Amino acid sequence: MDKQRVHTNPQHYSWLTEQLSPPSPLGAGLGRAFWVGGLICVLGQAIADAGVHWLDMNARAASSLTSISLVFLTALLTGVGVFDKLGKYAGAGSFVPITGFANAMVSPALEFRREGLVLGLGARLFSIAGPVLVYGIGASVLVGVIYALFFH
Amino acid sequence: MSLLWMYLKVFLVGGALCAIGELLVLRTRLTPARILVCYILTGVLLSAVGLYGPLADFAGAGATVPLTGFGHALCQGVMSAVDEIGFIGAFTGGLSATAGGIAAAVFFGTLIALAFKPRAK
Repeated sequence: MDKQRVHTNPQHYSWLTEQLSPPSPLGAGLGRAFWVGGLICVLGQAIADAGVHWLDMNARAASSLTSISLVFLTALLTGVGVFDKLGKYAGAGSFVPITGFANAMVSPALEFRREGLVLGLGARLFSIAGPVLVYGIGASVLVGVIYALFFH
Repeated sequence: MSLLWMYLKVFLVGGALCAIGELLVLRTRLTPARILVCYILTGVLLSAVGLYGPLADFAGAGATVPLTGFGHALCQGVMSAVDEIGFIGAFTGGLSATAGGIAAAVFFGTLIALAFKPRAK
């Protein structure tokens, strides 16, 4: 083999791969997360507005309606396998909104159902949502205690 | 017009919060689960110091639908419960305010996990 055509210089090699590989997916990935995530929030706003204007809900009930509707939609789309595809396309655009929280509960529960209804389905519902709730609730109690003791 | 402007704000702020999450995915080794924990903690913290409330007023669902908004709801729930019923509110307010989403996720999650078959990935 022609010795000169074998790239033994690592710096030259990495320079070459950088030149030849397709442009960094960073911008495209951010764009997909942005528009899908933004659209999910727009859907949430539309549900909340519908609750206030058509169902005579107060702001708090409308906000609960939004969460419940988005969670229901996500659970259904996870069940039929559509949400996984959305997740692959949009990345954080699908898991940063509350849809991600719902998907993180449904997906492992569905996958590990065969391990039983208690330690399979029941426990796996919280395999990712559990830590989120632990730290979220823990931090909020801490804030509440500080608020009650020092600012009240 | 004001409705259109409102929805544009929702889209832009919601999209930006998701894009920050995607940046964390692409540029750090954080897994989605860790990012969700970071988001909810950030939401609680920003809400506690009074920064997230104005964002939620400005962008509506654009700020409340992302997981930071979940943290904001926990924190606001705790603080208004402390205002209402005192110290005990620190323990009851957070879950009361977020009960809808959590109960829905448990209920529909169980229902869907029972109704559908897991599929090959």
